[in-house]
Amino acid sequence: MSGTLALPGQATATPAGRPLDHAWLPLRLAWRQLRAEKARLSAAIAGVMFACVLVFMQLGFRAALFDSATALLASMRADIFLMHPLTTASFRPETFPRSRASQALALPEVQAAVPIYMAQASWRNPESGTRRAVQMIGFDTEAGVMGFPGLAPLIETLKRPDTLAFDRRSRPEFGNVAKLLAERGPFQVQVGGRMMEISGLVDIGPSFGADGNVVMSEVNFRRIAKDRAASGVDLVAIRLVPNADRDAAVARLRQVMPADVAVLSQPELVAHERAYWENGTPIGFIFAFGSLMGLIVGMVIVYQILFSDIASHLREYATLKAMGYSNFYLRRVVLAASLLLALLGFVPGLGLSTLLYGLVGKSTFLPLGMTASRALGVFAMIFGMCTASGLLAMRKLRDANPADMF
Amino acid sequence: MSDPVIASGLNYAYGTGDLARPVLRDIDLTLAPGEIVLLTGPSGSGKTTLLTLIGALRAVQSGRCQVLGIDLAGATEARRVAVRRRIGFIFQSHNLLGFLTARQNVAMALELHAGLTERERLVKADRMLEAVGLGDRGGDKPARLSGGQRQRVSVARALAGQPGLILADEPTAALDRQSGGDVVRLLRDLAKRQGVPTLLVTHDPRILDVADRIIAMEDGRIVPANDLVASP
Repeated sequence: MSGTLALPGQATATPAGRPLDHAWLPLRLAWRQLRAEKARLSAAIAGVMFACVLVFMQLGFRAALFDSATALLASMRADIFLMHPLTTASFRPETFPRSRASQALALPEVQAAVPIYMAQASWRNPESGTRRAVQMIGFDTEAGVMGFPGLAPLIETLKRPDTLAFDRRSRPEFGNVAKLLAERGPFQVQVGGRMMEISGLVDIGPSFGADGNVVMSEVNFRRIAKDRAASGVDLVAIRLVPNADRDAAVARLRQVMPADVAVLSQPELVAHERAYWENGTPIGFIFAFGSLMGLIVGMVIVYQILFSDIASHLREYATLKAMGYSNFYLRRVVLAASLLLALLGFVPGLGLSTLLYGLVGKSTFLPLGMTASRALGVFAMIFGMCTASGLLAMRKLRDANPADMF
Repeated sequence: MSDPVIASGLNYAYGTGDLARPVLRDIDLTLAPGEIVLLTGPSGSGKTTLLTLIGALRAVQSGRCQVLGIDLAGATEARRVAVRRRIGFIFQSHNLLGFLTARQNVAMALELHAGLTERERLVKADRMLEAVGLGDRGGDKPARLSGGQRQRVSVARALAGQPGLILADEPTAALDRQSGGDVVRLLRDLAKRQGVPTLLVTHDPRILDVADRIIAMEDGRIVPANDLVASP
């Protein structure tokens, strides 16, 4: 009996000699097994791809929503904004006294404080005559706070009475204004019950809050929104003198201003707007939920595939165990299979999603685009999804009992 | 060198408590180095359970069971896995991996052994397949081989890792007379050439002649040798 407890060298040796073999051999076995059943492999890849595309679309829409919702504010060229503290989103502003703009000018570092008016009005399509709500933005066009591309050459024209500039990226339901403008030059449209002349085009882009935008001078804005008190403004954009400390200016303004205005730097304003869409509406939740559903469906599909792969090869797995393959080794095979599926499904899923981004972006006018960070994030999710499936399916390995083989 | 298999006072029961159904009672069995032993007996006699105990596929309940120098009583799963690596198994059905070629199936037995490159594994696998007369079928999947050929591949797989012991369970059960006889004689020749002790469970009377020694079991006990003459 002596010495029987000492294992001879051969028995203690690891299954594979070289360190890479520990990962490589189970991976190769998993790949050979997956490859052997083409139909099952295609089903699994399709499942992963489906999950991949679903998550990409959900996240894409979500990002597009937030990007477009904040595009208007992000394109304003100001440093600091005054806003009513109860304003939750820019398309539905609360007004506050115009005099706050003059008050802000008292600070030496403030170069300009420009009132901005925002309201939605009814737009009549110049081609079909149908009505649709358009977002009007009125401001002092000369002050140079708005950074919309295309605005600069129009500053003089927009000073004329009853003129406005149209956002060329507005949804097509507003009519093909760009084409009409190119054909017949400036022409009249009905906005808020008043005939206005379209004298040019700017670039802003539609958002979930506004399908289309028109930009005009403060005076022209008041001509359309007659029932609005001239003393009430929706937003004040403040530009600081060059090299001024923005954070210090924000702090000073907060001291100076009464409680009926909130002082926000531009990033804060954008974040505030974003927070509204993210938290104040079910939209953020809907997209997160949609992504989660995609991942769950994908997980179930991959689990089913891996599970039935194990179930139909139970005898072979049990044989491997009898030959001296450890349970741990076989788990690595299952995990390797799930990660292979993640990879094989992700790559075409990424391609298809990029394609769909282009197609859907073109038809919805939403800024959909593939970004490296989103691709990486989705890959991590798909990877996690497949790992979870693999871990669940592994439990079936316990049924592969070599003692039952004889 | 001590005997490759030493079992004494080995008992085994399925179920626990009042439901316990003993299948092995007080088994004493020793395999000498290089010996080919045939274990026979009616079904339910416990011979398969004995084989799984010796094969480290089942935990020993009571008694002594020493295989290739390792005491299996109270051995951990890891230790039993290590013992299995040194045993060549041949099953009733071939149990080859359907998605691998014959050569790859044989090489699977070698992947457990350290220090071999892929090339060396495949060369060894080919040599093993040649030894079982299938040198030209290495690239075929099991589905393209006949029953006898598949069982020969599994003989090659069992022997490829140069095991210290071969355990075979009814290797001829799924085969016709001719190919069954061929497989068992092949197994005997190779085992003899490598000097591997072999324990073969069967109740196929046609292959009794390959054995050095025949042990009969009945009701969980080993039947004294002189009773054997009466059995078919």
